[in-house]
Amino acid sequence: MNTTHNVLIVGVGGQGVLLASEVLSSVSMEAGFDTKKSEVHGMAQRGGVVSSHVRFGEKVYSALIKEGEADVILAFEQAEAQRWIHFLRPEGSIIINKYKLFPPIASMKGFDYPEDPIGAVKKRTANVTVVEAVKLANGLGNSRLVNTILLGVLSLRLDIPTQIWEKVISERVPKGTEKLNITAFQEGRSQQ
Amino acid sequence: MKAILSGNEAVARGCYEYGLHVATAYPGTPSTEILENISQYSEIYSEWSPNEKVAFEVAMGATFEGARTLVAMKHVGLNVAADPFVSMSFIGAPGGFIVVSADDPGMHSSQNEQDNRYYAKFAAYPCLDPSDSQEAKDFVGSALDISVRFDTPVLFRMTTRICHAKGVVELGERKEYEIRGFESDIRKFVVLPSHGRLRHPMVVERLNKLREFAETTDLNTIEKGSSGIGVITNGVAYQYVKEIMPEASVLKLGMCYPLPLQKIRSFAGGVERLFVVEELEPFIEEQLRAEGIACEGKRYWSNLGELNPEIVEAGFAAAGILKSAPAAPQKEEVIPRPPVFCPGCPHRGLYYSLNKLKALVTTDIGCYTLGVLPPLSAGHTCVEMGASIGVAAGMAKTRGDGRGIVATIGDSTFLHSGMTGLLNTVSNGAGITVVIADNRITAMTGGQQHPGSGKTLAGNPGIQVDLPAVCRALGANNIREVDTYNLEEVQTVLREEMDKDELSVVITTRPCVLYPSENRKKYKEPIFQVDPEKCIGCKACFKVSCPAIGESDEKTAKGLPKTYIDELLCTGCSVCSQVCPTGAIQRIE
Repeated sequence: MNTTHNVLIVGVGGQGVLLASEVLSSVSMEAGFDTKKSEVHGMAQRGGVVSSHVRFGEKVYSALIKEGEADVILAFEQAEAQRWIHFLRPEGSIIINKYKLFPPIASMKGFDYPEDPIGAVKKRTANVTVVEAVKLANGLGNSRLVNTILLGVLSLRLDIPTQIWEKVISERVPKGTEKLNITAFQEGRSQQ
Repeated sequence: MKAILSGNEAVARGCYEYGLHVATAYPGTPSTEILENISQYSEIYSEWSPNEKVAFEVAMGATFEGARTLVAMKHVGLNVAADPFVSMSFIGAPGGFIVVSADDPGMHSSQNEQDNRYYAKFAAYPCLDPSDSQEAKDFVGSALDISVRFDTPVLFRMTTRICHAKGVVELGERKEYEIRGFESDIRKFVVLPSHGRLRHPMVVERLNKLREFAETTDLNTIEKGSSGIGVITNGVAYQYVKEIMPEASVLKLGMCYPLPLQKIRSFAGGVERLFVVEELEPFIEEQLRAEGIACEGKRYWSNLGELNPEIVEAGFAAAGILKSAPAAPQKEEVIPRPPVFCPGCPHRGLYYSLNKLKALVTTDIGCYTLGVLPPLSAGHTCVEMGASIGVAAGMAKTRGDGRGIVATIGDSTFLHSGMTGLLNTVSNGAGITVVIADNRITAMTGGQQHPGSGKTLAGNPGIQVDLPAVCRALGANNIREVDTYNLEEVQTVLREEMDKDELSVVITTRPCVLYPSENRKKYKEPIFQVDPEKCIGCKACFKVSCPAIGESDEKTAKGLPKTYIDELLCTGCSVCSQVCPTGAIQRIE
């Protein structure tokens, strides 16, 4: 029986994908699960595609999720949601930050940013949650809260006590912003 | 206590716990974080060296004194350090000595995917190959034990997925070890031919003892399964095998050289079919075949690129062991995001100019290799650290004329192994232009100090090597400095130098905008914006390939999209404003 949970977090270098997967893997370890996480460093600062695999359960061998076996995908960017949707299992769910980042190559002939990435994802699965995290973060007065809001939405899909999330987030965020980040996490948890 | 650590962090933690004294390295993905993390432990002396060979030599000196020592590098770094690596085998490792080789299957950040397990066989080193973070930590202890017990350096081979993947690790306390001091013995430490002839039999004998050790060490473990299938595997491949073939019997080789042949024979005797699943080359499989042990391996798993669970599964399906996996889910075609120079990168103005001047560019290893990619498209050859200058000189010699040939090399790469290339060009004469793209940091690997940075690994102020003085000392007379934020200056100087059949060195003076991190604020200037009234949608500004420049929703009368500049990304470098034909890009004062 496979009781390993598979979460794929994707986005563009510089968006905070690695920090988010760092928080999730600490949360699952604190919750008592064996945990593995894998991503490739190197191009993260340079606007490249970033994906981070997090797996947790009683005993985890491979750090990599197989295609078609992610329980949850958290996409920080719309086109990236479309790029990685084939990793989702049929009954899995995907959370998409409603945000677009244009690569410079989009200005060259033959390279177009996808017209409707969220629509393309919806053609493949019904379990899509679109979050306007930038808008919500600005509503809380700080655009840097996008990550924590998205983690709040992600926490709804995983069976780990909220206190553990809040503890790890408080440890990870810059000093003095703990309260604000917990509010942002709760804001994320209030999204459907 | 438990912590979630990457393989690199776990190696550093292992160095702390197992009483390491000295660690050295030259940065290189995926190995860089090993030394960065070791530097946080004040009990261990650590330093960045200018290249892997020097790092290896400093580490050798430390272990000759009796220190427990580690030197870390990426796989191609071991090519640079291969000379001391091979010779050290004849000497031994009095204090304990680990050579970390971080291989990069799949070439996430490398020019090749050589399998450095072969180096172990080549130089008669034992080779340990951890399969997760816990083992990465534990094996540091095992490697030091083996090294001291057998008086041998140990090759500690990792791969990108082990270095960068994180897993749960049980932490322990540090044990202290004494440093015995150097015990002079010229027959051991001086590699004269007459001494070497005495030492070589020792190497053969040591390897035989290691073979016996391999049979009994718990680094090599058998997990008995319920099926008749046996799998011999090592490194990250072990994890994929356990994932895909939970019923199989598995022999995991934590020490993949020398092999425990008796253990393997007995394992093979207990299974109906024997497979070898290993990433990259058939290193284990070839040795089994040479011993007449029937096995199946590369027939089902390619030696190209990384393995993953899907590939391992497909191999067992092809072998008729598993039912064929259902067809993989269809991938969506989505616009690629190739890496580009950061906004404000000082290399942008250089490569834009070299393209304009139609230079023949031999380039080198670093962030600036990206200058080869369109639309900058300035770069025609790139091979390995320091090659640019020698290659340019060779081309000039062959043509009998160095005009128009430009070698571009970063500061860290120049100090790593470009200086001898320049010295050669001076002494043998070649009329090329050498550009040292000096951003004062090793940027591609995340901002590590080098002798031109003015700081040591520990953050202490050090001597900042004077590049123009170095070039002059090497005999280059014509040295010029340029600011790459000033396109006219760069192009004028480059044109003048390219037009002469004489050696010249052009040094760029702008530091990296990202590293050290204080530069991000220090060099940020008032940013630019596009005046939509003046923008004619010609896209000249796109040619500088800056991530801050994009298309706005506004269109020109001809229906062309106008340009906008992302105010969060712009650093105010001004390069795009210098190429705009209508003056539409203006600084916001």
